[in-house]
Amino acid sequence: MAVIIDEKTKVLVQGMTGNQGQFHTRQMLDYGSRIVAGASPGRGGQTVHGVPVYDTVQEAKEKHGANASILFVPAPFAKDAAFEAMDAGIQTVVVIAEHVPLHDALDIQAFAKERGATVVGPNTFGLISPGKCKIGIMPNQIYKPGPIGIVARSGTLSYQIADNLSQNGLGQTTVVGMGGDRVVGLSFIDVLQMMEQDEETEAVVLVGEIGGTAEEEAAEYIKGMTKPVVAYLAGRHAPKGKRMGHAGAIIERGRGSYESKVKALNAANVAVAELPWEIADLVKNVMK
Amino acid sequence: MKISVKLYEHMAKELFAKYGIPIPKGNVAMNADEVYKVAAEIGAPVAVKSQVLMGGRGKAGGIKFADDAEGAKKEAEALFGTELLGYTIDRLLVEEKLNIEKEFYLGITVDNQAKKPLLIASTEGGVNIEEVPEKHIVKMHIDPVWGLYPYHTRQLIARLGLSGAEAKGVADIALKLYKLFKDYDSELMEINPLVISGDRVIAADGRATIDDDAMYRHAELPKISESTELEQRIQALGLAYVELDGDIAVMANGAGITMATIDVLAQYGGKAMNFLDAGGGASVEPMAQAIGALVSTNPKAILVNIFGGITRCDDVANAIMTVKNQQGIPVPLVVRLVGTNEAEGVEILKQNGIDAFSSMEEAAKKAVELASAGEGQ
Repeated sequence: MAVIIDEKTKVLVQGMTGNQGQFHTRQMLDYGSRIVAGASPGRGGQTVHGVPVYDTVQEAKEKHGANASILFVPAPFAKDAAFEAMDAGIQTVVVIAEHVPLHDALDIQAFAKERGATVVGPNTFGLISPGKCKIGIMPNQIYKPGPIGIVARSGTLSYQIADNLSQNGLGQTTVVGMGGDRVVGLSFIDVLQMMEQDEETEAVVLVGEIGGTAEEEAAEYIKGMTKPVVAYLAGRHAPKGKRMGHAGAIIERGRGSYESKVKALNAANVAVAELPWEIADLVKNVMK
Repeated sequence: MKISVKLYEHMAKELFAKYGIPIPKGNVAMNADEVYKVAAEIGAPVAVKSQVLMGGRGKAGGIKFADDAEGAKKEAEALFGTELLGYTIDRLLVEEKLNIEKEFYLGITVDNQAKKPLLIASTEGGVNIEEVPEKHIVKMHIDPVWGLYPYHTRQLIARLGLSGAEAKGVADIALKLYKLFKDYDSELMEINPLVISGDRVIAADGRATIDDDAMYRHAELPKISESTELEQRIQALGLAYVELDGDIAVMANGAGITMATIDVLAQYGGKAMNFLDAGGGASVEPMAQAIGALVSTNPKAILVNIFGGITRCDDVANAIMTVKNQQGIPVPLVVRLVGTNEAEGVEILKQNGIDAFSSMEEAAKKAVELASAGEGQ
């Protein structure tokens, strides 16, 4: 078992013929993901690393039965591509692009709800079930299969933490990148729920950051969980009123502070690491 | 980098007027003579309002009143060029002074968790909406697909306890404000206060924030940046940059790890000079320019912290070498380099006498050590 994706997941790559699409198709194939087809308008009939490309998602889906799609499509076209995937019946849609307009993100999420699809992102590094399937842009070599789930807002920071866990003999069931934008498909709670139900996951690492109240809301949910959760939060020394790279990472109107999140998580019995490389020890503590 | 474009009050009001939302008589003025002209045209007592991108300007002395054009000009002369809430006043909005009977609040924003626009209204306007007790606030989610219908606004005025002409005015304005919010890719459209004056319902003050990621759909809107010159220079490269008040320059890849780098420096007793996220697969040239800009700010040390995913370590190494060869790096440089194309990147640096760290912990400690050593010089 794993969360959202596993060895059976058949992956479609939208925008496969572009630079990023080709590069990451290679990486995902190397990792062992089942990349069954690509879709790039006007490029039907081509192949990329031996994978057939179609003009439309519909055709690719009919021929190969893909059930997940990753979009290497520039932000202004992400909404159209995400709609195309969901309209073709793709159940998991991973939107990598940063700078997707906020109102497009709202429409994407509304359409996902109507179609019962799961959208990961926008502005995400994707997700990976180590040893089974990778749908994203994370480095291949840092993950190991194992019992820890990771849910993160930020890509590179989650690499740092996954690497720390792997080097300490703590492999992962699934690592999910929610995305750094204001409006994204999955909340911490959505992913925590899945990990709570996943038979293989024994403990969860929450990688959050300043801004918004998602960590506080997650803390409320964690109070009812049976599995232990530990956390690392970025932005402890960020100034107020400044957007720290991610659209959501801003302390404003008295909300979103580091202290508020730590307080809420501690109240839910979640230990918060002061340094990213303390996570492995915290996990070992709660798994005793 | 994600930036929200805040519009000046007078620009927000121009949009309101375009969508049929009543605004006070008046116009923006860029100097005292223009203030005189606008006030003379109004021919009645006026408000002279400083145009800054910050709330709370009334309390800070940024809004003056005058009985006639001569008085308005005098107030304007005193305001122009002065600092208000961190901004230099370079424009004033001159408007008819309203006879205020009631002040309401009407705003539309996005509820991140619900993933829907949120309409917020209150009959206790004129103050920061965060200070209004929850029980006096009406909130309604709007379905982004179906939008706001007249029946929604009838529910709204019922919940606000309004009736008669003012209820009709509020309902009508709510519909128009949502259309504006949607058409202009807004993060916020706010009327505060929405003033009841006789039989008129008027947007006495307005704020509009546009999603920068959608600005390409609104070429007619002005580009207003609240960033400093250096921030703008680096942001123009497509990288996220925020100035901080320490002395260790930081470049990392990814918003989360860049924040974490700043935090880790602080844990070890150092202080970051900036937030620079060079992630998202930036190529050599913009990274080199960004590092060059960091060098030119004369930090005590520079820490480059890369965990390459979409960012390639050899690109980072080449960017560093470009800066070293073209402008020189006269301050201590600490590089941590792991991830995609790590071996290539480490080798490039090594050939040029730079030993890269693989541990973020050791690199951060080293940067703090070098920065504090530089302090004694």
